[in-house]
Amino acid sequence: MIKKTVANVKEACEGIEDGMTFMLGGFGLCGIPENIINELVRKNIQNVTCISNNAGVDDFGLGLLLKKHQIKKMISSYVGENAEFERQMLSGEMEVELVPQGTLAQRCESARTGIPAFFTPAGYGTEVAEGKETREFDGKMYVMEEAFKADFSFVKAWKGDEAGNLIFKGTARNFNPAMCGAGKITVAEVEELVPAGELDPNQIHIPGIFVQRIFQGEKYEKRIEQLTVRKK
Amino acid sequence: MALSKEQIAQRIAKEVKDGYYVNLGIGIPTLVANFVNDDIDVEFQSENGILGMGPFPFEGEEDPDLINAGKQTITALPGASFFDSALSFGMIRGQHVDLTILGAMEVAQNGNIANWKIPGKMVKGMGGAMDLVASAENIIVAMMHTNRAGESKLLKECSLPLTGVECVKKIVTNLAVLEIRDGKFHLLERAPGVSVEEIQKATEGDLIIDGEIPEMKF
Repeated sequence: MIKKTVANVKEACEGIEDGMTFMLGGFGLCGIPENIINELVRKNIQNVTCISNNAGVDDFGLGLLLKKHQIKKMISSYVGENAEFERQMLSGEMEVELVPQGTLAQRCESARTGIPAFFTPAGYGTEVAEGKETREFDGKMYVMEEAFKADFSFVKAWKGDEAGNLIFKGTARNFNPAMCGAGKITVAEVEELVPAGELDPNQIHIPGIFVQRIFQGEKYEKRIEQLTVRKK
Repeated sequence: MALSKEQIAQRIAKEVKDGYYVNLGIGIPTLVANFVNDDIDVEFQSENGILGMGPFPFEGEEDPDLINAGKQTITALPGASFFDSALSFGMIRGQHVDLTILGAMEVAQNGNIANWKIPGKMVKGMGGAMDLVASAENIIVAMMHTNRAGESKLLKECSLPLTGVECVKKIVTNLAVLEIRDGKFHLLERAPGVSVEEIQKATEGDLIIDGEIPEMKF
């Protein structure tokens, strides 16, 4: 067994520098690497490019980095729900690249599986396709999109073991698997870290080969963005 | 009288057939789930990674790890499955999802749709809308016939940045059910008590009215 465990979030974030590109898992506030984000805020890393489907809310998730002006560029599919984000984007303080959600996922998936580029119909004929190669296959038009390049992938899983194997829960899976192994170094934080052998190999969602560092997060707030319930 | 948002959803629910996998967008489309006939089996897909999405949870039973694409807490029905975003959009691009229902700011008579950006005003991003409209064979747009200023949303050409080209085939508004064919809007049904003239007046694009236009049935 090749051991991937590190002691804590501090050790997990070693080697992070200003100006780097990070991938961060999560959809809205669901399945985001909370402990790592807090560490990025604490270390006050500057001028980073973040690849993440969303940008958090004003006081949680990536919104915390935004507030401290740590983000130079955001690559996302949807950035509503965040007033500070909108302000920084419209004032030009922060660069923003909006990418269709499926294209965003596939640019991560391609990066981790050695596919430099792919053709997707998403965005054909729109401003997303401007300056990109387009091609016809079987009478339908497609846009060429390239795999992302990132220095670190930061993901969050439900359970993990010493070997870096990961299991996700519910819709907290979202972008996390596609980002595993997509950056040069993948750091996984988990709610529960167990010894090798305790997870059933049949149930592993992401094999440890895609993960370089794993640790158990100190605490999880798991904030709900839109609480919607029925009366009993 | 013009339909309420609930009635638009109710009319669209009639387009959902037995055995369909359906993706519902945010807003009016989300309401469609409430009106689907109990006699048929359908599964709702939410692009953040669930098939077999159920209703909102009971108070106190919400799970932060279980949300829909609108970030609302949801439940999973028996037979549900979870998957990652890459696979989810693989399902969508691979045309395994039978029906996509989404909202729009503008639809053009050639099937172009705009629903993600108002330059200088609203720049929230396209989310999964571009992937959905570029991939789905069967797209229904749910929207009001006119905007808040009373201007038609069914146009000769879209004025806003496009989400997708030549992809919309059916539209259900508060006034009418329309089909897009041969680069024109074709009026299929009118809302109860709404006249053809009213619909004509609220439609900027070319509207084909062929014979008697029946009222919608629910």
